[in-house]
Amino acid sequence: MAECGASGGGSSGDGLDKSITLPPDEIFRNLENAKRFAIDIGGSLTKLAYYSTVQHKVARVRSFDHAGQDAERDRESPYEISVQEEVTPRLHFIKFENSYIEACLDFVRDHLVNTETKVIHATGGGNIPHEAFAYQKDADPEFRFQTNHPHIFPYLLVNIGSGVSIVKVETEDRFEWIGGSSIGGGTFWGLGALLTRTQKFDELLHLAARGQHANVDMLVQDIYGGAHQTLGLSGNLIASSFGKSATTDQEFFPEDMAKSLLHMISNDIGQLACFYARLHGLDRVYFGGFFIRGHPVTMRTITYSISFFSKGEVQALFLRHEGYLGAIGAFLKGAEQDNPDQYSWGENYAGSSGLMSSAPELGPAQGTLKGGTFDLLEMDRLERPLVSLPLLLDPASYVPDTVDLTDDALARKYWLGCFEDALDGVVKRAVASQPGAADAAERAEKFRHKYWDKLQTLRLQPFAYGTLTVRSLLDTREHCLNEFNFPDPYSQVKQKENGVALRCFRQVVQALDALAWEERQLALVRGLLAGNVFDWGAKAVSDVLESDPQFGFEEAKRKLEERPWLVDSYDTWLQRLKGPPHKCALIFADNSGVDVILGVFPFVRELLSRGTEVILACNSGPALNDVTYGESLLVAEHIAAMDPVIHSALGEERLLLMQTGSSSPCLDLSRLDERLAVLVQERGADLVVIEGMGRAVHTNYGAALRCESLKLAVLKNPWLATRLGGRLFSVIFKFEAPAQ
Amino acid sequence: MGTGRLRASMERPGRAAAPSAPSTGEPAPEEPDGRGQEPLRRRANSTSVSAAGTSAEGARRDRPSSYSSAAAASRQRLESLRKKRPLFPWFGLDIGGTLVKLVYFEPKDITAEEEEAEVESLKSIRKYLTSNVAYGSTGIRDVHLELKDLTLCGRKGNLHFIRFPTHDMPAFIQMGRDKNFSSLHTVFCATGGGAYKFEQDFLTIGDLQLRKLDELDCLINGILYIDSVGFNGRSQCYYFENPADPESQKLPFDLKNPYPLLLVNIGSGVSILAVYSKNNYKRVTGTSLGGGTFFGLCCLLTGCTTFEEALDMASRGDSTKVDKLVRDIYGGDYERFGLPGWTVASSFGNMMSKEKREAASKEDLARATLITITNNIGSIARMCALNEGYFGAVGALLELLKIP
Repeated sequence: MAECGASGGGSSGDGLDKSITLPPDEIFRNLENAKRFAIDIGGSLTKLAYYSTVQHKVARVRSFDHAGQDAERDRESPYEISVQEEVTPRLHFIKFENSYIEACLDFVRDHLVNTETKVIHATGGGNIPHEAFAYQKDADPEFRFQTNHPHIFPYLLVNIGSGVSIVKVETEDRFEWIGGSSIGGGTFWGLGALLTRTQKFDELLHLAARGQHANVDMLVQDIYGGAHQTLGLSGNLIASSFGKSATTDQEFFPEDMAKSLLHMISNDIGQLACFYARLHGLDRVYFGGFFIRGHPVTMRTITYSISFFSKGEVQALFLRHEGYLGAIGAFLKGAEQDNPDQYSWGENYAGSSGLMSSAPELGPAQGTLKGGTFDLLEMDRLERPLVSLPLLLDPASYVPDTVDLTDDALARKYWLGCFEDALDGVVKRAVASQPGAADAAERAEKFRHKYWDKLQTLRLQPFAYGTLTVRSLLDTREHCLNEFNFPDPYSQVKQKENGVALRCFRQVVQALDALAWEERQLALVRGLLAGNVFDWGAKAVSDVLESDPQFGFEEAKRKLEERPWLVDSYDTWLQRLKGPPHKCALIFADNSGVDVILGVFPFVRELLSRGTEVILACNSGPALNDVTYGESLLVAEHIAAMDPVIHSALGEERLLLMQTGSSSPCLDLSRLDERLAVLVQERGADLVVIEGMGRAVHTNYGAALRCESLKLAVLKNPWLATRLGGRLFSVIFKFEAPAQ
Repeated sequence: MGTGRLRASMERPGRAAAPSAPSTGEPAPEEPDGRGQEPLRRRANSTSVSAAGTSAEGARRDRPSSYSSAAAASRQRLESLRKKRPLFPWFGLDIGGTLVKLVYFEPKDITAEEEEAEVESLKSIRKYLTSNVAYGSTGIRDVHLELKDLTLCGRKGNLHFIRFPTHDMPAFIQMGRDKNFSSLHTVFCATGGGAYKFEQDFLTIGDLQLRKLDELDCLINGILYIDSVGFNGRSQCYYFENPADPESQKLPFDLKNPYPLLLVNIGSGVSILAVYSKNNYKRVTGTSLGGGTFFGLCCLLTGCTTFEEALDMASRGDSTKVDKLVRDIYGGDYERFGLPGWTVASSFGNMMSKEKREAASKEDLARATLITITNNIGSIARMCALNEGYFGAVGALLELLKIP
């Protein structure tokens, strides 16, 4: 991690650092395409926001021309793939210290073409705090994210900029400034600069992190001697900040003074925040502003102070994207003249920097490498608005992820290692997916470097990008692949597998139809599970697939665990099937090829014959070898041509193919395509089937639904299997009654 | 009373004069059990260290607030008082974090008979303390505060106020040993943290047994007593009318019905007490940003060496060169939040800029330090008063709920 341009760990002296070697093109990404540009120059920090469009490649699938139908039989592929350019709107948010402003604005001026620029004053007002976390010193990890956000209102928002603003937020758009203080970040910085001759805010914090405040502060024990113990006083309490500098004639170390100053200001803010919280009966206080900005040392002192003054009754919470939230809201309103509410936005993990570390020399955290004080956030506009699945029992308390890796050190270690190990294969796959592109190998290496860096950052700072989960690791990998124009590395693999599976469809269906009803139900479930073994996302399987392309459906069934499965509620499911048919089933499909064609479609077919309507929901965008919505349409078309049940169901709209709105191998039921949610409501879906490790184990394993649900997966990861008490290829078959 | 030793050992470039320091207490996060136990509401005469009416000797009265009422008592009571009253000299000692405050009662009604019986050392102490205004290089008698013609415990006299830095306590104790204080059989009533910190030194070096008293009890008693006697005929308690007006007037405030009151004691740190009655109070909160912080920061920022010097500098400075005001950010008033342009938005906020740091004088820095600390204390006290207001309401509610 040698590209440490500007930070250098406290060596810079007076004045503006114009000589710093910024990598401006990596900070001001995509500036050429900026459509709208806003700048908010605050007391000490400058925030830039711009709205740009990113052109990137997307893989599309489409049918071959029907004119060539005769030839089609000889072709392996059921459809053709084309790569197209697509334009996605993206929001960029950048924060940096004002000392960089000249260098930065010069760069911006040179690169901005025909852009409307406006200066915004984004005041910290009715932000919606998301990704809030609490800090706990000796905990592992130190940062605990609040994964759910059920009842956030009302809360107190304490914005620590140059001064302190205290805002009571009652609802999303009702908030009130109730107080403030002049002792804030500017005091730390200004007084710190006077006392220590250290110019930069971050360097002052680093000084403070090394200091001993007791050398400068007068403690209770300095006044009481040893007697504080017998009096029940804590001797370490600060009786008078800087009190020792008044009574002793000595030189003080800059580190110690910086630490004392930090305590003084944090305590003062914490005390005031507690007063306001108590006065207004609030027990949650969100802290934001540049004083906090992800600095563990300030979060720690603030947290401590809040807990001290409130006797543990008030909780101090912080926001990963603190400082942006006001700006994001303000900017979205300006950027989208045509109704900002109709779009959803998702963070682009590939372009955002992580939470800052207190010791940048230790961590390859992106934000600290890139000039010490640059913080980046990128948000991509999603193609459609996302909403919660109406069938969630309690959308407010729904947490998609099963394991919080920030919380679980053992699991974190395993999964980070797992993703590191799999990286070679992903790079190889990416290169192989673009045989015609001369620069594919180079881009793939860039991808490798970027994703590897992210993984290393997460090893040191698991909290860097919010809650760390298998889902976020998978999503980050997808974002990084897209970043380097590998929109769908598995497109050809999926195409080939779909072709192979389609050729087997008729035979599989005939075999199933020959079975007696009860036998057939088990065979259908075994088929679903066997299909699920075909998963390039699982390293154990991708190795086999890579070495033995003939690995067949039957082979997969043989690998399956015999009943009783690791989690086995099949008997209950069978009993249920003997009862009245479901009105409508919502099925979230997983992999392309054998999984969707020989596992899911026969299962769908059986449901249809029972009189159950089926909504088959597939990813909007590619992720691993998961079947996309586009692919599912083509696959269904081919099956319909072979199978009258599917054919008529499609025609009569008893089988509906929908997209989820997601491009993740996992599933967040609180962010689904609005149209899918509407349809689920309209059709009165009373059964949800979630298939695959990513959707039913890494996420949603504990999701509570208001209707019956079936979660099934084959554990294709030996570590996870062991952890759940099983072994490789153990089966999860979890049929649940509606949650109460 | 010779003062050679005291003077000699006090001859160091000392710094004098910061206000007293009852313990305040702010957390320091690295110590896992650094949480102070906020004392629960205490009743002054129920705690072991408090200034309760009886002492170990059982006969002596040493609680100042009891003397005033005694003054008006019957002859019989006076007689019993005479028997019970402690031997001279009468001292009260408050040993704070920065400063030691010594109060000395000088009897003016000494009879010839008494004078004859008086031991030499007692005479010499009285003479030394009352004929000087400075002791050594750091001890100061605040002559302007002297309370004259006071009746205390049936005796008439003057009350003297003397202070010296806490770091000169060893010299003070040594003086007590040299002057053989222990032979006077006097009781040294002491409060403040130093009463604990120096207790052992008093005993081993000076052969003096301290009677340690709770500092908050003493504080309340002291304030109520001082107010009851007035300041040489004038009221002790005053306030500023129209504080925003530069011509604001200092007006007396009647403390006849003072309760409930919030007592903000600004020593090295700050303690804030809610006082419900003479014997019923609690420490509500405190802050470590107090007099010690003002003086300490001034020493570091301006190189000054005395509290007076720091205050003098502050009186001549302009804090707006140092602080970032609302108008520096918004160009004028910030109407949305109802903040006038002259409001301080960020204390020392202008000092983030190198140019402005160079343009600020030492006086400006001292002024800004003063404004920062005092504004903050004001703000905390106001929040306390507001919160206390609710405590009162809660108390009323609890009363209501007691009704069957």
